[in-house]
Amino acid sequence: MPIITFIRPDSRAERIEAESGESAMLAATKHGLDGIVAECGGNAMCATCHVYVDDQWIGRLAAMGDEEDALLDGTASQRQPNSRLSCQIKITPELDGLVLRLPERQI
Amino acid sequence: MSAANIPASHGGGAPAVNSSPGIPGLDVDPFAIEFFEDPFPTHEALREAGPVVHLDKWNVYAVARYAEVYAVLNDPLTFCSSRGVGLSDFAKEKPWRPQSIILEADPPAHTRNRAVLSKVLSPAVMKQLRDGFAAAAEAKVDALLVRGSFDAVADLAEAYPMSVFPDAMGLKQEGRDHLLPYAGLVFNAFGPPNELRQSAIERSAPHQAYVAEQCQRENLAPGGFGACIHDRADAGDITAAEAPLLVRSLLSAGIDTTVNGIGAAIYCLARFPEEFSRLRRDPSLARNAFEEAVRFESPVQTFFRTTTREVEIGGCRIGEGEKVLMFLGAANRDPRRWSDPDRYDITRKTSGHVGFGGGVHMCVGQLVARLEGEVMLAALARKVAGIEITGPIKRRYNNTLRGLESLPVTFTPA
Ligand code: HEM
Ligand code: FES
Repeated sequence: MPIITFIRPDSRAERIEAESGESAMLAATKHGLDGIVAECGGNAMCATCHVYVDDQWIGRLAAMGDEEDALLDGTASQRQPNSRLSCQIKITPELDGLVLRLPERQI
Repeated sequence: MSAANIPASHGGGAPAVNSSPGIPGLDVDPFAIEFFEDPFPTHEALREAGPVVHLDKWNVYAVARYAEVYAVLNDPLTFCSSRGVGLSDFAKEKPWRPQSIILEADPPAHTRNRAVLSKVLSPAVMKQLRDGFAAAAEAKVDALLVRGSFDAVADLAEAYPMSVFPDAMGLKQEGRDHLLPYAGLVFNAFGPPNELRQSAIERSAPHQAYVAEQCQRENLAPGGFGACIHDRADAGDITAAEAPLLVRSLLSAGIDTTVNGIGAAIYCLARFPEEFSRLRRDPSLARNAFEEAVRFESPVQTFFRTTTREVEIGGCRIGEGEKVLMFLGAANRDPRRWSDPDRYDITRKTSGHVGFGGGVHMCVGQLVARLEGEVMLAALARKVAGIEITGPIKRRYNNTLRGLESLPVTFTPA
């Protein structure tokens, strides 16, 4: 199973086993990771599953849609060029080792 | 549990119904006053009877377990909305009002109209509204503390949304007292042709006339949600004729829902003082305390879909053109999905609850609802030491909405 590493704002890291096909958000919430709130349950409506994708990985993710792009303008923590919504990142075997940083705030 | 809730097999004394073999038929009316008083034992009976049940009284299928409700919500092409999300099948019966172009539409038409409302009610827009909504909540709580004792439904759960939402829409002052009766009508109309629905429709003309008028561009102040929808028509996203219908959606769904959502939260905090203490110790839990109240009470209890083809769900076959009722409130307390589901826990991980629906139709106004709920509960957490219920509570009866008519309380200042 692909492993995702989430890094908290205070640099503590958590490695989570994800299932191929599920979203990074679902993998995180299933493991009870604080820091991904996911109020809308992955329906791309709330922007509370915001992550900063590690520079090494940002180019390897599928491009974002217009909806995600618009939502990212409303994140609680500042949007950066590497900002994504974790519910829109679909885990595939190629993403084994993915590193995602959590923002200070989701709300 | 009453005998009425025990699944009966078909054939017996029951009238002929067209449910498929293997699907238990239940003699349950989820639109009856007795049901509204205490739906929980019946919810349990519905969940336990099977993944899919048949409600003989209204000749519809129903799902009450989380997994099947989730599955129906997430397959909008099989379980469509364009034939109405109430009991009435628009393929057979004319809708009581012109059909909604978002709630009662399917992809791809839905997708386009939905994009407009998503833009108008986006997280970025919420950031601009936050300070004003929070200030209004604080002022409301201050005023109620001066009074001490009052009705938490009329004076808080209704008064607060009425003090912020119509302004955010850009509505004129006069006529706003039509908004709650209109919403009550809309949500009753999703139900079967019972007394609640019929009498609401009979008395609907003045409310419908008000709403139709307010949806027009000239009656909507610049900068409000309503005007923003009309601006999207200028931008070419929708036609000028569609804009008033999308405004109507917000006037239908934007106020009575949050009234019942905030009412649910106050009722929870009054009944579970330990949870209110936790909230007071950490007001940053306000948003989740509201979300958990939406799960726990499910202010919007049910919606229907109609099958567009024969389909198998939960191992059961349902034919084409059948109405399927989703019990959102029962799914939100399904022990298969939630641990200790009957407990109101303000630190619960609520993500995934279906109180706002799910899939492509998931509430487009959820951010407005959460904003109102959060700032109100945060104000209570900081200013109020105790909420005591001081008189008999009365339930309000509606075919879709769950909430109270009256909740007499006393606030003690912090
Ligand atoms: C606690 C408050 C609220 C609750 C519990 C709630 C619940 C729901 C539910 C369950 C649905 C799904 C309908 C379906 O699947 O057929 C929905 C859709 C909708 N809601 Fe809400 N709602 C709330 C507040 C609001 C607010 C504040 C607005 C407007 C500002 C709003 C506007 C809408 C609209 C327009 C739809 C249709 C969306 C679509 O079909 O794509 N709601 N709501
Ligand atoms: S979970 Fe809501 S946008 Fe990702």
